[in-house]
Amino acid sequence: MLYREAGDFKTSYAKDNQTFPIKFDRTGYWVILIAAAVVVPFMVNDYWASSLLVPFLIYAIAALGLNILVGYCGQVSLGTGGFMAVGAYSSYKLMTAFPWMDMFSVTILSGVITAIVGAAFGLPSLRIKGFYLAVATLAAQFFLVWLFNKVSWFYNYSASGQISAPERSVFGILVTGPNTAAWAQYLFCLIFVVVLAWVARNLTRGTVGRKWMAIRDMDIAAEIIGVNPLRAKLSAFAVSSFFIGIAGGLFFTVYLGAVEVGEVFGIQKSFLVLFMVIIGGLGSIFGSFAGAAFLVLLPVVLKVVGVDMLGMPTDIVAHLNLVIVGGLIIFFLIVEPHGLAQLWRLTKEKLRLWPFPH
Amino acid sequence: MPDQLLFGMEVALNGLMAGVMYSLVALGFVLIFKASGIFNYAQGVMALFAAMTLVGIQNGQVPFAHLINATLGTDIHNFGWTVPALAAILLTVVVMAIFAWLVNKFVFSHLVNQEPIILFMATIGLAYFLEGVADLMWGSEIKTLDVGLPQGINDWLETTTFDAVGYGFFIDNLDIVATIIAALLVLGLILFSQYTKQGRALRAVADDHQAALSVGISLNFIWVLVWSIAGFVALVAGIMWGAKSGVQFSLSLIALKALPVLMLGGFTSIPGAIIGGLIIGVGEKLFEFAIGAPYLGGATENWFAYVLALIFLVFRPQGLFGEKIIERV
Repeated sequence: MLYREAGDFKTSYAKDNQTFPIKFDRTGYWVILIAAAVVVPFMVNDYWASSLLVPFLIYAIAALGLNILVGYCGQVSLGTGGFMAVGAYSSYKLMTAFPWMDMFSVTILSGVITAIVGAAFGLPSLRIKGFYLAVATLAAQFFLVWLFNKVSWFYNYSASGQISAPERSVFGILVTGPNTAAWAQYLFCLIFVVVLAWVARNLTRGTVGRKWMAIRDMDIAAEIIGVNPLRAKLSAFAVSSFFIGIAGGLFFTVYLGAVEVGEVFGIQKSFLVLFMVIIGGLGSIFGSFAGAAFLVLLPVVLKVVGVDMLGMPTDIVAHLNLVIVGGLIIFFLIVEPHGLAQLWRLTKEKLRLWPFPH
Repeated sequence: MPDQLLFGMEVALNGLMAGVMYSLVALGFVLIFKASGIFNYAQGVMALFAAMTLVGIQNGQVPFAHLINATLGTDIHNFGWTVPALAAILLTVVVMAIFAWLVNKFVFSHLVNQEPIILFMATIGLAYFLEGVADLMWGSEIKTLDVGLPQGINDWLETTTFDAVGYGFFIDNLDIVATIIAALLVLGLILFSQYTKQGRALRAVADDHQAALSVGISLNFIWVLVWSIAGFVALVAGIMWGAKSGVQFSLSLIALKALPVLMLGGFTSIPGAIIGGLIIGVGEKLFEFAIGAPYLGGATENWFAYVLALIFLVFRPQGLFGEKIIERV
C-alpha cells in the first residue's frame, strides 16, 4: 500500500475535509486506536503503566490544552502547574464532598471549575501581550499554589497538608486509590485522551479555532476583520484550562493518588508542559502527543541507560539528565524550531513522493 | 513615635535592601534583552553558576571531580591550594566571558531571526543545561561563600537610631554593602555605555540591529560582550545572595523574583529595573508585615510581587519606563 492520495476519490465535502485525507493514515489511526484500547490493557503491568503510559496520557491532555492556548491562540502561559493544581484540588473536594459522584462527572466538573479560574486569570491578556503576559501568568502559578497551601479548607484540614484520593470506581471497576489495577488506570485515562483529542481537533479547525489563529497571527488585524478579541482570548483560556484541569485531576486521582501541592504542581510543571508543546510543535495536535511522549520517555531511558546499564551513581545521572534535557531542547530548537510535528509533516511529504522523488 | 510605625519603617528599609538584590538580577535581564531581544531566563542559573565557580576556585576544587571519580575510579577532590578572593573573582569573570562566547557560538548564532518565544525557550533549555553542568562541575551540596564581605547587624546604625528615636533599627551590614556595590555597578554601566566605544556600539545595537550592522558594528562581538557583562552582573548578584544565604540551588530561583521587577520597570529600561526592584522589595515586605502575616497566614512574598505587577500592567502595559508599544497592522 503506497502512501498517497491518488485513487482515493472523495465524493462529498465532509470527506474532503476529513482529518486524515490519506487512506494509509486513516487505517493507521484506527489500528493504533484499537491496539491502544483492546490490546495494550492486556499487556500492561504496573511498571509500564506508572512510569510510562499513564503519565504520557495525562501529559498529552495537558499539552493539548496548553497547545490550544500557546500554539493556536498565541497567548504564552506559564501558569499550567497552578491550573493543574486547581483541577486536582477540585477533584479532591468533589470526591470528598459528594462520595456518590462517579469519576467521569468528578473529572469533567473539575475541568469546568478550572476553566472558570483560567478565564479569570486570562482577563489581563486583553491588555498585556507577549512576555509581559507570560510573566503575568506566573502570578496565577504562585498565587494558586500558595492558596492551596495556606487555606486548609482545600485539603480538608488534614494535618500533613497533603490530599490523597479515596477509592472510587466506574462501572464497578476501581479507578482511583492505591488498589487500582494498572489496566484500569490506563483505560480510564485513555478514554479522556481520545475524547479530548477529538474535541481539540474539531474545535481548532472550526470557527472558534480560526478565530484563535487569527488572534495569534495578528490580533489587531483580527479585530478589524470582526473577531471579538475578548471572546476569542477568554474562550482560549477557558478551553485550555478545561483540558489542563482534567489533566491535573487525573494526575492526582489516578496517577499519584496523593499530592503535596508545592512539590507536584510547582513552576517546574509549567515549564515541563511548555517544553512538551514546543518540542512537539506549536499549533499541532500530533505535536502535543509527540512532545508528551518524548519528555516522558527521555528521563526513563536516561535512567535505564545511566543507572542500570552503565552503573553510574544516581546523583550524577540526575545531573546528567538536566544537561541532556537542556541540551536536547536547545538542539531541537536549532534544528527544527517547529518541533517534532514539523519533522512528521516533512516525512509525510517525502513519503508521498517516494520512491520517485523527481 | 509609636512602636508599630517604627517597626514598619524598619521593615520598609529592609525591603529596600532586598529590592536592591532583585534589581541586581533584573539588571542582567535588561542588558541582554535590550541588546539582543532575548529574554534570558537563565540569568538566575548564571548567578548560581558564577557563585559556585567562585567558591570552587577559591577552595581549589577539581572541576567535575565527582564525575571523574565515578568513571575512572580515582579519588581526587582538591588541588590542595586556596586562591585569594580577588584573584578568584577575576578568574570567575574570565569563566563567565568564556561561557558568554560559548553560548553565542553554539546557541544563539544558530537562532538568528527566530521568534522571541523560541529564543526564550532556548534560554530555559540553557538554564537546565547550565544547572546540570554546575552541579556536575562543583557538586550540588550547599557551600558557604566568603569573600570578606562584612556580616551581621550594623551596630552603629542601631545605636544611633536608638539614641535618636528610642528604637534600634536592625540592618544587615551585608545589605548596606550590597546597596553600595549595586550603586557603583549601575554607575559603572552608565559610564561604560556613555563614554566608551564599545558602550556606544552596544547602545546602537540595542536601538536598531540593522542600522548598527550597516555602520560596521559586529553584532557577534556585541552579543558576546553583553552576555559577558550579564555574566559579570550575575556574578555580583551571586556573591551577594550567596554570602547572604549560602550557595545552593535556590539561588537560581532569584530569577523568578526578578521577573515581576522587570514587568514593573519595563524590559528595556535600566532605571526601571532599579526602581521596580525597590518598589517590589518594599511592597512585598510591607504587605507581608501589614496584611500577609497577621491576616492571610504568611508567606505572601511568593506571589505578592506578581500580583502587584499584574495589576500595575493592566493600567500600563509597557511597564513604568518601558518603550511605548506601538502596533501597526
